[in-house]
Amino acid sequence: MPAVFTLRVNGTARSVRAEPATPLLYVLRNDLKLNGAKFGCGQSQCGACSVLIDGMERRSCVYPVGAVGKGAITTIEGLGTPQQPNALQRAFIHEQACQCGYCSNGMIMAAQALLARNPKPSESEVKQALEGHLCRCGAHNRIVRAVLRASKGALP
Amino acid sequence: MTAALRNVSRRNVLKAGAGLVVGIAYAPLLAPAQGSETPVHLPGSLNGNRLLSAWLRVNPNGTVTVFTGKVEFGQGIASALAQIAADELDVGYRRINMVTADTSLTPDEGFTAGSQSIEQSGTALRFACAEARQMLLAAAAARLGGRAGDLRVADGTIAAPGGKHTTYWAVTTDAMLRREATAKVRPKAAGEHTLIGQNLARRDIPPKFTGGAAYLQDLRLPGMVHARVGRPPVPRADLVSLDTASLKAMPGVIEVVRDGSFVAVVCEREEQAINALVALRELAVWSRPELPPTLADTFDRPEPELQTQDSVVYEKTSPGAPIAVRQIEARYTRAFQLHASIGPSCAVAHDLDGKLTVWTHSQGVFALRSDIARALGISPASVVCIHMEGAGCYGHNGADDAAFDAALLARAIPGRPVRVQWMRDDEFMWEPYGSAMSMKVGAGLSADGNIVDWRHELWSYPHARRPGGREGVNLLAAWYLAAPLQPAFPVDVPQPNGGSDRNAIPLYDFPNQKIHKHYMPDAPLRTSSLRTLGAYANVFAIESFMDETAAAAGADPVEFRLRHLRDERARTVIESAARQSGWRPGALGDGGRGTSSTFRGRGIGFARYKNHACYCAVVAEVEVDRISGIVRVTRAWSAVDAGLAINPDGIVNQIEGGMIQSASWTLKEALKVDRSGVQTKSWVDYPILRFSEVPAVEVEVIQRPAEDSLGVGEGAQGPTGAAIANAFAAASGRRLRDIPFLPERVKAALAPL
Repeated sequence: MPAVFTLRVNGTARSVRAEPATPLLYVLRNDLKLNGAKFGCGQSQCGACSVLIDGMERRSCVYPVGAVGKGAITTIEGLGTPQQPNALQRAFIHEQACQCGYCSNGMIMAAQALLARNPKPSESEVKQALEGHLCRCGAHNRIVRAVLRASKGALP
Repeated sequence: MTAALRNVSRRNVLKAGAGLVVGIAYAPLLAPAQGSETPVHLPGSLNGNRLLSAWLRVNPNGTVTVFTGKVEFGQGIASALAQIAADELDVGYRRINMVTADTSLTPDEGFTAGSQSIEQSGTALRFACAEARQMLLAAAAARLGGRAGDLRVADGTIAAPGGKHTTYWAVTTDAMLRREATAKVRPKAAGEHTLIGQNLARRDIPPKFTGGAAYLQDLRLPGMVHARVGRPPVPRADLVSLDTASLKAMPGVIEVVRDGSFVAVVCEREEQAINALVALRELAVWSRPELPPTLADTFDRPEPELQTQDSVVYEKTSPGAPIAVRQIEARYTRAFQLHASIGPSCAVAHDLDGKLTVWTHSQGVFALRSDIARALGISPASVVCIHMEGAGCYGHNGADDAAFDAALLARAIPGRPVRVQWMRDDEFMWEPYGSAMSMKVGAGLSADGNIVDWRHELWSYPHARRPGGREGVNLLAAWYLAAPLQPAFPVDVPQPNGGSDRNAIPLYDFPNQKIHKHYMPDAPLRTSSLRTLGAYANVFAIESFMDETAAAAGADPVEFRLRHLRDERARTVIESAARQSGWRPGALGDGGRGTSSTFRGRGIGFARYKNHACYCAVVAEVEVDRISGIVRVTRAWSAVDAGLAINPDGIVNQIEGGMIQSASWTLKEALKVDRSGVQTKSWVDYPILRFSEVPAVEVEVIQRPAEDSLGVGEGAQGPTGAAIANAFAAASGRRLRDIPFLPERVKAALAPL
């Protein structure tokens, strides 16, 4: 049966009514109208839907809304805005680190989680953190450069 | 280059006849303009869309609206075109607002495909903006007094020598640009550009990195409902029975729409639609037709025995050429491969008051509109197709089909916008595939080790089955309706672009050449345009064979290519890529010698895409693990000549992305299919290159500002595949001729002879 869930999303309490088994992705996109997390596979294989729950990267396409509980959800909208992107987003913009950009949400969220636990990752640590994220356009090297740039504070 | 095109039909040529339909994909661009007199030819897409006001509007509020029929899909075209317009007009980049492919607003520029957007739309905009600039200056001169030629423009402010000034925004009128272009005002020459040639930041990027509305998937209309389509388990299956009552009883189900073997669920919420789809798939009973064998099933035989249409693509003879004293031959193959967009196809359609509006990530909105209208038996005037960006498509993926799904469902539920989202397995199982291909290449060598005879024979399914033909409906759902519609007969794209035979004609100066194609329009699996069409496979074969021939002649692969190539721009990219990589003749790899567990080697590949777009050479370095059979590309270098570079970083991004995608195709990718149907259903079944497997890549853009701009989006794929194959041979002393280079094939190739 549908139930009402009060979710903490980007620091704000948001109430939604949904079946507990509903993947968090559809609640974020359709009920809360957040564009960041993307539908890519629905099977936790590509990473496009990634969000942070209590700082851990989670695949929202398979994460039931009923399992979030009091967990603090961070989506890419919670990092920065087009007008005021955060350091990681600025580094991605500086490196023009995408073609289509459909995978970028997952790349940025995974990198945000990495930098929180390891502020100065090596190149291979960045690649390892992104290994479970698929990019079809071949922007991988730009993405790695962007994460390293953000980690070094090397921004204009 | 004149291509001798003639039919030499043998065996059973299909009755449909190649003469019936000509050049579907390119017909709108090649068709002569209407009217009794032949109008003067205008440059680029200006020729088919001749009004200046079709291309730009200079607004009193200090902005410029620029219209293009080309679509953005992450290649940065909307930004590059804004850059062109701003430069030619002498206004700031930020003043330009781009309106892209919308059947109610923009010019019809055919498909955004074939790496042609800068050549077609960019050229049109350069001429249209140069002419508009001159008209604005004439109006300013009339207002300020004096001669237009003495005026200076900076960011739209026009200054006369005496200090008087006005602006574009003050002198513009609605009527000014409502006239036919003459193309008599030359765009800026090399050296006059202020923005063209600069690495301006793409405008589509900030929302993509911050959760802004950037994609069709982000479109939310009031009252919008969510649909999923229940596709058959195998192509050509019929829906025998379905318990729709059980489905209708499920939570949130508004309607179960069934028309013949097309069936969909429409729900209030998206997760309800997904649940209903799962139930539908369990309840539906389908017929189970067997898939016939494909070309890919014949790769272990010397020559495919399939029904083909045979023709000579190109033939050249040089009577005075030296005699061949030695012949060699090899056969290469390529598996069916997928676009495999990260985001499965999506569309929204709304049927309101007799007007059908479709939001789509199709690469050709006018062609889509034409097929939707024909399929529904309505006037194209009552259908609007609006492009919005989706995930990268790399050609004809499920976008058009999803749009027609949404159109059908919107007509069934009038008044409410219907959003169709394909699931991951829908995209893998139903996108049109890149054709499997087989290439037999042969050469005759003269006594001094030069190629005098060149033969290239290819087998392929269609590479062009997009919507927009003069007959038929190329939309998936249309073939499953109770009154099914027929697809258009798939004609191969003719030279000089070529389809299956794209890049089959070598750019090398071989005295005698013969290029044959065996085209197979009747494909068991739907195939259509995947990035480069046949060029990736043809260049893989040509450039692999160049190395095999160089080895037979005892020559270095770079020197061997250069001795057969007079085109200076071609020579330059080859020399540049070789120089960057530190190419050392005679020291290209381990050659299968040594006791290390890995072999290392380097190889080169080259092509000029379509023989008339960008020049690109690639050097790849590979590592071959002798035990696991895994090939890794560790580094790659490339040089590209795209003429006048609009945005050099945009070119680098396209080339490096193309190299990485091609490395993925070459090393890993093949559709899984058997008699019972397509078995590629998730990313587990279709691995692509991951971060740990991606090579370091360097790209050198050779600047030629005085030359015309050349398309780059598909320039790197063929050369990269060949460079990897040649690097493998340099590393191991053995040759891989079948794409992809899966570990079992590698181990077989490395096995003791």
